[in-house]
Amino acid sequence: MMHEDIFKEYEDKLNPKIIEDVKAKIPQKITKAQLKQIMDLVVEEYKNCRVEPGESVGLVSAESIGEPGTQMTLNTFHYAGVAEMNVTTGLPRVIEILDGRKSISTPMMEIYLENPYSTGKDIKRIALSIKETKMKDILSEMNINVIDITIELKINSEKVKELGINRATVLKILSKEPKTAVRQSSTDKDIFIIRSTAKDSSLNDVYKLREKIKNLFVQGIKGITQVLPVKRGSEFIIMTAGSNLKKVLELEFVDDTRTICNDLFEIADALGIEAARQAIINELFKVIDMQGLNIDKRHIMLVSDMMCYSEKVQGITRYGVISEKSSVLARASFETPIKYLIEAALVGEKDKLRSVVENVMLNQPVPVGTGLPGLIVEVKGK
Amino acid sequence: MVDKERFTYKKVSQVDFGLLSPKMIKKMAVAKVVTPELYDKEGYPVDGGLMDIRLGVIDPGLKCKTCGSKLKECIGHFGYIELARPVLHVKFIGLILNLLRCTCKECGRVLIPQNKTDKFSKELDDIEKNQSFDARRKRVRAIILNLKTINKCPHCKARQQKITLDKPYTIFEAEKRLSPIEIRSRLEKIPDEDCKVFGINASVARPEWIILTVMGIPPVTMRPSITLESGERSEDDLTHKLGDIVRINQRLFENINAGAPEIIIEDLWDLLQYHVTTFFDNNIAQLPPARHRSGQPLKTITERIKSKEGRIRHNLAGKRTNFSARTVISPDPMIDLNEVGMPKIVAMKLTVPERATEWNLEYLKKFVERGPKKYPGANYVVRPDGKKKKITDDTHEQIIEEVQPGYLVERHIMDGDVVIFNRQPSLHRMSMMAHKVRVLPDKTFRMNPAVAHPYNADFDGDEMNIHVPQTEEARAEAEILMMIETQLISPRYGLSVIGCIQDAITGNYLLTKDMQMSREKAVQILASIGMTDFSRLPSKKILDGKEIFSALIPEDFNFTGRSKSCKRKAKPCLECDHFVKGKCDIDSRVIIRNGKIEVGIMDVANLGQGAGFLLRNLHKRYGKEDTIRILGDIFRLGIRVLLLRGFTTNLSDMDLPEAASSNVEKTLLDAETEIEGLIDSYRKKELEAFPGKTLIETLELKILEALNRARNNAGNIVLEHASRKTGTFIMADSGARGNPINMAQMAACVGQQALRGKRINLGFKNRTLSCFKRNDLSPEAHGFIRNGFKSGLKPSEFFFAAMTGRDSLMDTALRTPKSGYLYRRLANSMQDLRVEYDHTVREAAGKIIQFKYGEDGIDVSKSEGGSINIKRIIEQVIGETD
Repeated sequence: MMHEDIFKEYEDKLNPKIIEDVKAKIPQKITKAQLKQIMDLVVEEYKNCRVEPGESVGLVSAESIGEPGTQMTLNTFHYAGVAEMNVTTGLPRVIEILDGRKSISTPMMEIYLENPYSTGKDIKRIALSIKETKMKDILSEMNINVIDITIELKINSEKVKELGINRATVLKILSKEPKTAVRQSSTDKDIFIIRSTAKDSSLNDVYKLREKIKNLFVQGIKGITQVLPVKRGSEFIIMTAGSNLKKVLELEFVDDTRTICNDLFEIADALGIEAARQAIINELFKVIDMQGLNIDKRHIMLVSDMMCYSEKVQGITRYGVISEKSSVLARASFETPIKYLIEAALVGEKDKLRSVVENVMLNQPVPVGTGLPGLIVEVKGK
Repeated sequence: MVDKERFTYKKVSQVDFGLLSPKMIKKMAVAKVVTPELYDKEGYPVDGGLMDIRLGVIDPGLKCKTCGSKLKECIGHFGYIELARPVLHVKFIGLILNLLRCTCKECGRVLIPQNKTDKFSKELDDIEKNQSFDARRKRVRAIILNLKTINKCPHCKARQQKITLDKPYTIFEAEKRLSPIEIRSRLEKIPDEDCKVFGINASVARPEWIILTVMGIPPVTMRPSITLESGERSEDDLTHKLGDIVRINQRLFENINAGAPEIIIEDLWDLLQYHVTTFFDNNIAQLPPARHRSGQPLKTITERIKSKEGRIRHNLAGKRTNFSARTVISPDPMIDLNEVGMPKIVAMKLTVPERATEWNLEYLKKFVERGPKKYPGANYVVRPDGKKKKITDDTHEQIIEEVQPGYLVERHIMDGDVVIFNRQPSLHRMSMMAHKVRVLPDKTFRMNPAVAHPYNADFDGDEMNIHVPQTEEARAEAEILMMIETQLISPRYGLSVIGCIQDAITGNYLLTKDMQMSREKAVQILASIGMTDFSRLPSKKILDGKEIFSALIPEDFNFTGRSKSCKRKAKPCLECDHFVKGKCDIDSRVIIRNGKIEVGIMDVANLGQGAGFLLRNLHKRYGKEDTIRILGDIFRLGIRVLLLRGFTTNLSDMDLPEAASSNVEKTLLDAETEIEGLIDSYRKKELEAFPGKTLIETLELKILEALNRARNNAGNIVLEHASRKTGTFIMADSGARGNPINMAQMAACVGQQALRGKRINLGFKNRTLSCFKRNDLSPEAHGFIRNGFKSGLKPSEFFFAAMTGRDSLMDTALRTPKSGYLYRRLANSMQDLRVEYDHTVREAAGKIIQFKYGEDGIDVSKSEGGSINIKRIIEQVIGETD
C-alpha cells in the first residue's frame, strides 16, 4: 500500500476502522497532496460527528429500544423457511433477553461441522448422535407382566440401528438401573425382561420403575431435544431445539469457532462474558431485524454493555443491573422503595446525588447534558 | 434601581440515611403527645393532642407556636410519644431475628471467634470499595446464613437456644415468648464492632434503636385534615392511626400504674404492637388491615411511599408545572414546520416574563397599559423584591407608573416566542420539541401535518400540551437543543423523522412524473407557497413538473438516489452495477445535478419520513434551517399541485377488465384444485411429512403456502391490469398510502386469514363454524376469503375476518403494558449513563461502561447513519482537482 506514512500520521486522530475504510475506497492513482486533503477532511468530518461530552447516551438508547417496542408483535412465529422449529421472536424474546432469564423458552443451537461432515457426510447419523435419546424413544412396546411382576420391553430394532447402537448397549444401560435384574428374552432378541430385585416389591413399585426406565438416558447430549440437519449455503449444519453449548463444543466433529446457541448464560459459561455480550447484541439484532424495525447498533451495544459490565450477565431488572446502582434514591424510585430505604438506614448509606432521579427529586439540575458542566465564577465589584 | 434577586446559592450535595435514636427523637420533637383528643369544644386544637399547634398549622389564621409562622410558611415540626412498653418495628423484624440468632444470649457477642470477626468486617469493606453496596449486601446475607447453625458461644461458651419467628412479629426462644423488653436488652449488649458483620453501621444505627420506646409523631402538615362542606372535619388516615396508638398507650400506662393483672397488660401491649405495626405498614399478610369505619383500609406510611401513586414515583420523580396549556390539535399545512398555532385565548393566559431595562421600558409599559384583556397585553408585574402584582382595571394605571428597570413584566405570548410542544406518551425525545408560536384565531393548537409523525399524532381528536419556558436559560436551551430543526435526524436510526406525508407525496409524485403546465400557472403555484423569486424557473412557455420542483432545491445541490420503484435496494446506488451501467429503469433512479432534477420521480423513498436520503443529504449539506425551510416548501408545493389538479379515489378504481377477473378466478380455482389434491393425498396417507413435522402439520403448511401463492398471483394480475391513472393506484405507487396488497384485497381476493401463523382451526368440534361439515379441510372452511372487499364477503368470510381483527386488537392491548414496563426498566437502568469529557461512557458512580461510545464515538444523529461518508469526501477532493 502506498502512502502508508500519511495514514500513520492520522492513527491517533481517527479510528482504525475509518482509516481502513479510506484505504479501501481511495482510487489507485492518488497524489500525496490529495490524500492529505482527504484525510484532513475526514478528520474534520469525524470531529463534527462525535458525541458531545455530557450527551445522555443511555437515555437515548433506552428510548431507541423502548419506543419501537410498542410496534413489535407478541406472536411466536415460525422460523424462516418452510418447516423448521418454532422460535420465540418479537417482544417476548426481547423481554427474555433483557431480563437475563436463566432458562429461555426456546433454546436453540446452530452447529457447524468440520470439513468432511460439513459437506453432508454421515449428516443424519451425526445429528442423531447429538440428540438426547431416552429409553422410551427406542421402545416399540412396553408391558408389565402382572403375574411375574416383571417389565417386558421390546425395542425398535430399526431405530436402534439408526442410532448406531446395538442390543448389548441397551442391555448395559438397562442393567445400570439399581435393584433390578435384566435378561434378554430367549425367543426374541429384541425383548428385554426386567425384574425388580428389591425386597417385597409390589406392583406399585413396578409401575414406578417403568416410568424410571422410560426416562433412562441412552445416548446423545443432555438438553438437545430435537435435531435437524439443514443446508445453509454450500454446507450442512445441524439445527437443534434445546441447547448445551459446553458439551457440544467438546465434540470433535463440531466446528467450535462458529457453533452458537441462543442461551446467553450458556455462552457466558462456555465462552466468557465478551462472547455473551456479543450474543446479546446478535440476538437482539436478529429480533429487531425480523420485525422490520430499524435501530442503530450503538444503542443495542450500550444495553448489552450495561448488562455485562459487571463480569456476569445481568438482566435489566430490580435484581440485576438496577440493584447495582450506587444511589439509594435511584434504586428506591424504581421498585420496592421501602426495602432499599431500610437497608440504607442500617448501613448508613450516603447518597451523593450523582445520577438523574435523585436530583429530579430535589429539584436540582441533573448531571447530564447541559446540567453537567460546572462553572465557578468569582463575582467582582459590589 | 433596586435589585434584590434571590439566587439559589445552596445545593444539596448528599443525603445521609440512618436510624433515629430515641434520644434523637426526643431532641427533635417540639411537643409530647399525651392525649388522643384532637380539638376542644370550640374546635381549637388541644395542647398535647395530635393536632397541637406546636406541630405546625393547617388552619388559615392560626400561628405555629414553635416557629411563629403562618399556614404554608411553617413546614411543621415533629412531636413524640413515650410508649408505655417497647414494641417491635415490623420493617426490621427479619434483622431482629438474625441478630438474636447470631449473637450470644449471654454476652451479646457474635457467634464467631474474635479473629474472624475482624476478617469479615474487613472483607466487607473491601467488597464495598471494589464492587458495590449490592455485593456487600449479598456477602452479609451469606455470612449470616452460615452463623445460624452455631449453638455455642465461642466467647463465653454459653449454650444458644433455637429462636423462631411466629409471623408477623412474635419471637420465641425455645417455645418461650421473648418480650420486646428482653429483645431490646439483648440487642443493647451487641458491641459496635460486631454489628459490622451484619452490615450495620453502629454509629448511625444501633441495633436497639429498632425496638421502639418512643415514637416520633409526624407534623400536622404531613397529615392535614380536610373540612367537608357540612363543616365537619375529616382527619387524615395517619392521624386516625396515631390516635389509636396514643389511646392504647394511655390505657396501657393507666393499667400498669393501677397494677392491673398481667393478662390485661399483655393484651393491651399486643394491641399497641398491632397499632404501631399497622401505622408503619397496613398491608402485612398475617395481619388484618386497620380499617375506616366505612371498611376501607387505612393508607399508612408504607402505602404512602410505595408504588406508582406513592410519594416517590408520583410526587418526587414526577413534577407538575404551571405555564402549560392543553387542547385539541388540528392540521394546518400553511404554517411552517417549526411553528405551532396557538389560540389567542391561550396566548392571553400564558405569559412570558420579560425583565424591564431602560431600553425596553417604554415597550413593556405598552403591554402593561393594554392589560390582561387586550392582546398583546400583560397579566402580572413582579417587583424586584419578588412581590407579584396582578394587573386589573383598577391597578393598571398605578402599575404603569410604578414599572421601572428591574421589574419583570409577565406579558402575553406573541408570535415567535419559543414554547415546548408535547404529546403523550412521550416515548422518545422527539415527543417534546420546541416550536415558535403563531397566535391564531379559534381554539385548537395548529401544527404542520408533517411534524405529526415524531409526535405520533393524528387529528382525530388528539390533544397536546404546550409548556412555556420561563427563564432566559430555559428559552435558550429550548431554542438551541429542542427546536424541530435540531430534531430532524432521529438518533434511533440516523434518518429524518420528518418528511412529506400523504397528499404532499402524491402531489410531488404527480408533479415530477409527467406533469406540464404553463409558466403562469407555475408561478402562481410557487407564489402561493411563499416564493417570491422565480428566476430559477426556465423561461419557457410550458414548464415541466421537474423544473418546477427544481426551483425549490438549492442551485448547487447534487444527489443520486433511487425512487420507490427501484428493486435493488440492497446495495447503495453507486455500488450497484445496474445503476453504474445506466441500466436502471428511467423512473427508478433519481439524479439531481446542480439543483435540477435530471431524471427521477419524487416519492416516499426520497421525501418520506424515516426514509429520505434526499432529506439527509440536504441536511448534511445546507444545515438544519435550510432543510426545514425546503421541506416546508416541498410539502406545500405537493399540496398545491394536488389542489390544482384535483384528486380523488373511486370505487371504480377497483374495476378489473373482463380478462383480468377471469384470470383471477382461474388462479384461485387452480389453487383450490391443487389443495383438493393435497387433501386427497393426505387422506390416502400418500403425503410425505416434512422432517420434524406431523402429517397434518405438513398439509397445513402446504395449503397455506398454496393459498398465499394464489393470493399473490391474484395481486399481480390486479396490479398488471389496474389502470395506472386512478387515484388508488397513484397513491399506492407513490407510497403515499396503501400498497399493492391492499389493492388486490379490494379488487380480487382478501386472502387467507391467519391466526398465530396458522389457518383458523378453532370453534366447534372438528370444524370452525357450524355452517361447515365436520373435518372439512378445504380453504373456505378454514378462513380463506375468496372474495374481494369490493364484491363483498360471505357471512362466514366476514366472521373469519372479524376473528383476526379481534386477535390483533387483543395483541395490541396486551403488548402496550408489556412494552411499557420494558421501557421503564431500560430507562431507569440507563438514565444516568453519559459521555464524559474523556469520551468514555460512564454511569453515575464513575464506572466505565464503554471506553468509546459505540466503539467509535460517533453520534448517530450527527453522522450519516452512524458512519462517515468517505466516498463523498473523496469525490469532493478528486472532483475539485479534476
